[in-house]
Amino acid sequence: MIDFEIDPELQRRLDTYRMVAQQIMRPISREYDENEHARPTEFYEAMWAGSRQGGLQVGAERGGGKSTGRTLFTILAAEELSWGDVGLFLQIPNPGLGGAAVMAAGTPQQKERFLKRFAEGRPKWAAMAITEPGCGSDSAAITTTARRDGDHWVINGTKIFCTSGKMAAELSEGFVVVWATVDKSAGRAGIKPFVVEHHTPGMTVVRVEDKMGIRVSDTAALVFEDCRVPLDNLLGSPEVKPEGGFKDVMATFDATRPIVAAMAIGVGRAALDFVRDFLKQRNIEVRYGLCPQRLSAIERDFMEMEVQLKAARLLAWRAAWLLDNGQRNNLEASMAKAKAGLVVTQITQKAVELLGPLGYSRAYLLEKWMRDAKINDIFEGTQQINLLIIARRILGYSSKELN
Amino acid sequence: MISFELTEEQRMIADTVEAFARDEIRPAARAADEQGLVPAELVGKIWELGLVRGVLPEQFGGDGGQRSSVTGAVAGEALAYGDLAIALHALAPRLAAFPILEMGTDEQRARYLPGFAQAAFRAGSAALMEPRWDFDVLGVAARAARDGAGYVLNGEKCYVPLANESDFLLVYACSEPAAGAVDAFLVPRVCPGMTVGEREKNMGLKALATYGVTFKDCALAAEARLGGERGINFRRLMSQAKVALAAMAVGVSRAALEYARDYARERRAFGVPIGTKQAIAFMLAEMALEVDASRLLVWDAACRLDKGQDAFKESCQAKSYTAAAALKIADNAVQILGGHGYIREHPVEMWLRNARGFATLEGIATV
Repeated sequence: MIDFEIDPELQRRLDTYRMVAQQIMRPISREYDENEHARPTEFYEAMWAGSRQGGLQVGAERGGGKSTGRTLFTILAAEELSWGDVGLFLQIPNPGLGGAAVMAAGTPQQKERFLKRFAEGRPKWAAMAITEPGCGSDSAAITTTARRDGDHWVINGTKIFCTSGKMAAELSEGFVVVWATVDKSAGRAGIKPFVVEHHTPGMTVVRVEDKMGIRVSDTAALVFEDCRVPLDNLLGSPEVKPEGGFKDVMATFDATRPIVAAMAIGVGRAALDFVRDFLKQRNIEVRYGLCPQRLSAIERDFMEMEVQLKAARLLAWRAAWLLDNGQRNNLEASMAKAKAGLVVTQITQKAVELLGPLGYSRAYLLEKWMRDAKINDIFEGTQQINLLIIARRILGYSSKELN
Repeated sequence: MISFELTEEQRMIADTVEAFARDEIRPAARAADEQGLVPAELVGKIWELGLVRGVLPEQFGGDGGQRSSVTGAVAGEALAYGDLAIALHALAPRLAAFPILEMGTDEQRARYLPGFAQAAFRAGSAALMEPRWDFDVLGVAARAARDGAGYVLNGEKCYVPLANESDFLLVYACSEPAAGAVDAFLVPRVCPGMTVGEREKNMGLKALATYGVTFKDCALAAEARLGGERGINFRRLMSQAKVALAAMAVGVSRAALEYARDYARERRAFGVPIGTKQAIAFMLAEMALEVDASRLLVWDAACRLDKGQDAFKESCQAKSYTAAAALKIADNAVQILGGHGYIREHPVEMWLRNARGFATLEGIATV
């Protein structure tokens, strides 16, 4: 039975996240935007503690109780927290994309070995390193290599744009999942994920990027020089076969793209809520049911923003729901991500426009949200890469036929 | 509890109606558009699907099925996927039957509903729109003034489907001085003061017979008011109407997407199918995601209606979004077919003309 209503029990649980967004994230949002590479350590501790008490889980939720699946609950929580501050959301100590890769490609033993640390001890992060200076969207073209040497894999290469890379590699007892090729001649099939533990010799964070937005989130460049990891740190099967390897990268994205969509939607909702309150204070009402000829331009703009955000949200919910129900969601995850990245970029830009000179000012968070929003249109697969995936799926083309 | 799964019954209805739309409606669509006529035989076959009669209570001769806006949206999408004009014609009886079913008095239900529970198609209609550039559902100007025990109806209506073919019309008009209070009146086809004009000539929906209707001091008995002294829930009726049109917009969008997709796989340029070019592939990808987004917005409003919640805002959102999406998707389809898209040999130009109707039209379908 079709139903898109958040029931009261679920809403109560989400209210906790909303409270965190409102009372913990918003008050420090501007501070860590201005002081780009400062570390919000109190925030880390608070989020880590909240997570250990079981009341607040991010990235690896145990599920939403009997009524809501795990992925759906994750994206609902992600929207709430990203409404608070999407950069801070990315910085919450959690298994993150590295954990998602372990979940997607790892054996049960590997999941246990690598993920149980997130239930104990000090705050930790796990990151995923896939992009390189010479390749981004074309992730099959990665040049980082993993060569077998006795009981170890030896990794060499450079990775960039690794979210939480510094936290995972150097500032906590986390790990980085590095995608490297074990056989260049095998193309995509030769690409495998390797878990590189924190402080592994040969892994160096050479830079943390300066960015337009999400400035509190560390975006690291890592160099791997004869970095040795145990054989068992290769996630899944070491066998090079056409069906393996790269498919696992894609499986990771199927799980994470709905979350990125939800992050975008959280930022978009922040902007929309701000504009709504702003208009309300000025007694400007947005009236539904009237024809465009009888509406003001502001009403038309606002309605467009509101419905576009809702469309993106429903697409994201669907992608998550499918995953929770054991169905393939590759197409739907790309739809959600492409739509959310695009519309939230547009919504935040329109919100800045609607507030005139006030919108451009750093006196309000609106301009920050516009800067923050844009990343969602780029990372975890740009809008264009997601459109490409959708197009291949609906046209029935392979990546060779349509690229 | 959030769920994206149709019930088994809804899936069955969707499959049945879609198969019918593909096999029976689509092949008849072009001729219907050119001739301005929906074949009576086809209408009869659609009637047999039970999309009207099926949800009328057994006491009035119907099948007693559960009426649901989500189910109505699913069926409406599938039917319009075949052809919009034919779908609107075939479902027009709902315009009278469903408001009577939901909001009529016992007497009104007993008097009018059995007519829609027959084995043969029975035309029915409602008159909502008015010929003004700034018409909307909150600005109904037709007026039914109280006159003794009854009413006197004055006003001008347009885009009334099957007005000439129906035994009576459900006419929306203000009966109270308060702004926004709209009532519905059951007006017999032959009624002093009522004039059904010439058949309208429109850009699209050429197979659908629509008419302008004028009312000049048209005297109505008290029993003509739908729901009697209780009146109607106009917001709800308009929400249902918007959801119905929005669902049909999804059907048109999906038809255009699939046609353009198949064409892009066949048509070759520069030695390869044009679908392998990003310029075309990206258009199709956006069309596909907009079809899905459109459908989810329709279902969002529809399931609120099924829960008995107010869904006016959600219905407005669904309708405006799907109308814009349908226009854009149909336009893209014409564009992907290039010059061929502009030729009437292909259906996409017809879908573009039809799709433009969604933003303008109100109250010509319901769920």
